[in-house]
Amino acid sequence: MCGTCGCSDADGVRLNPEPAAGSVPVRTIALERQVLAKNDVLAAKNRIWLREKGILAINLMSSPGAGKTTLLENTLRELGSTIPIGVIEGDQETLLDSNRLRAAGCRAVQINTGAGCHLDAGAVGEALTSLDPPDGSVVFVENVGNLVCPALFDLGEHRRVVIASITEGEDKPLKYPHMFQAAHLVLLNKIDLLPYLDYDVAGFSGNARIANPSVDVVPVSATRDTGLEGWHEWLRANLTQVLTA
Amino acid sequence: MHELGITQSIVDAVLDAIEEPRITRLQLEIGKLSGVVPDSVRFCFDLVASGTALDGARLDIVEPPGRGACRSCGHTCEFDDPIVLCPCGSADVQVRSGRELKITAVDVG
Ligand SMILES: Nc1nc2c(ncn2[C@@H]2O[C@H](COP(=O)(O)OP(=O)(O)OP(=O)(O)O)[C@@H](O)[C@H]2O)c(=O)[nH]1
Ligand SMILES: [Zn+2]
Ligand SMILES: [Zn+2]
Ligand SMILES: [Zn+2]
Repeated sequence: MCGTCGCSDADGVRLNPEPAAGSVPVRTIALERQVLAKNDVLAAKNRIWLREKGILAINLMSSPGAGKTTLLENTLRELGSTIPIGVIEGDQETLLDSNRLRAAGCRAVQINTGAGCHLDAGAVGEALTSLDPPDGSVVFVENVGNLVCPALFDLGEHRRVVIASITEGEDKPLKYPHMFQAAHLVLLNKIDLLPYLDYDVAGFSGNARIANPSVDVVPVSATRDTGLEGWHEWLRANLTQVLTA
Repeated sequence: MHELGITQSIVDAVLDAIEEPRITRLQLEIGKLSGVVPDSVRFCFDLVASGTALDGARLDIVEPPGRGACRSCGHTCEFDDPIVLCPCGSADVQVRSGRELKITAVDVG
């Protein structure tokens, strides 16, 4: 196979069969199209929209139940009075998460993906319009609970935060490297459960850095308010960066 | 399974670009580090292509290997695993190829 120009494929040189009389001969047309081009165009649009309004958008990803909504509820309680916060909730079904956040006093829009296992830039663009977040705010996009597909889809966000919880085991960064490679920050949640589990926090951080050598790991408990200063600091610093960029 | 959505994007992109009534072959590049499983794309393809100009088209998938340069020792290495480790032990490798997810050619007529 010629890997340089892609002139043939795994079957090697191939003769196209003689076209039947009267039929059109086979022609090969070279194309150069990114498969995700459509999504990437919409993501770029979202990015421009966010930049014009000076909004920091954060894509929050984890396996189901790692604590995304709990962390958001906590963040609203702690920072909601100083930073305007809006949330786009992605789940396959139900309004449960957006209702939880509205109950916490937050603007929230729910996207239900049905069979879909991730959010895409098109759905997020529509949700941004309907959320109508104020200038200078932070918008969290809680992605569908899934460590595989969301890593592939650019939503136009500025930062990607991955939450892992200690009940999932230390090996997740090695088993789902794409997700951890995409992360700007990893929050290790549910550390209040450390006394009940055989869990190696340093081992997890080491694995996260094998997948992504530059990533920071911040151990937290969203239910017990542990370690969250580091998260708040990171958030404020990134908001300043985006607003002054 | 995101491969169904990816396959739908592939078919949409080809039909956008090519106006011929019948496409008999589609060639893709799916890098070993792309996070997309070629067999799943093959599995979804017939379903998604059915009833379009790509109905019955043959699917050829080229899978470029991962290749990169180590930032610690400068060594260039090949790897098929998304966890990239240089023989020197460093994980700090700059990936140069293997993340491709492209449509490269079609046969029409
Ligand atoms: N012990 C403990 N439990 C937690 C913590 N954070 C979240 N939980 C619990 O974990 C469960 C799932 O939390 P959610 O916040 O709903 O998780 P999620 O990631 O939003 O879940 P999905 O949206 O369904 O993917 C709930 O029962 C939470 O109370 C924590 O820090 N410690
Ligand atoms: Zn949730
Ligand atoms: Zn999927
Ligand atoms: Zn090296």
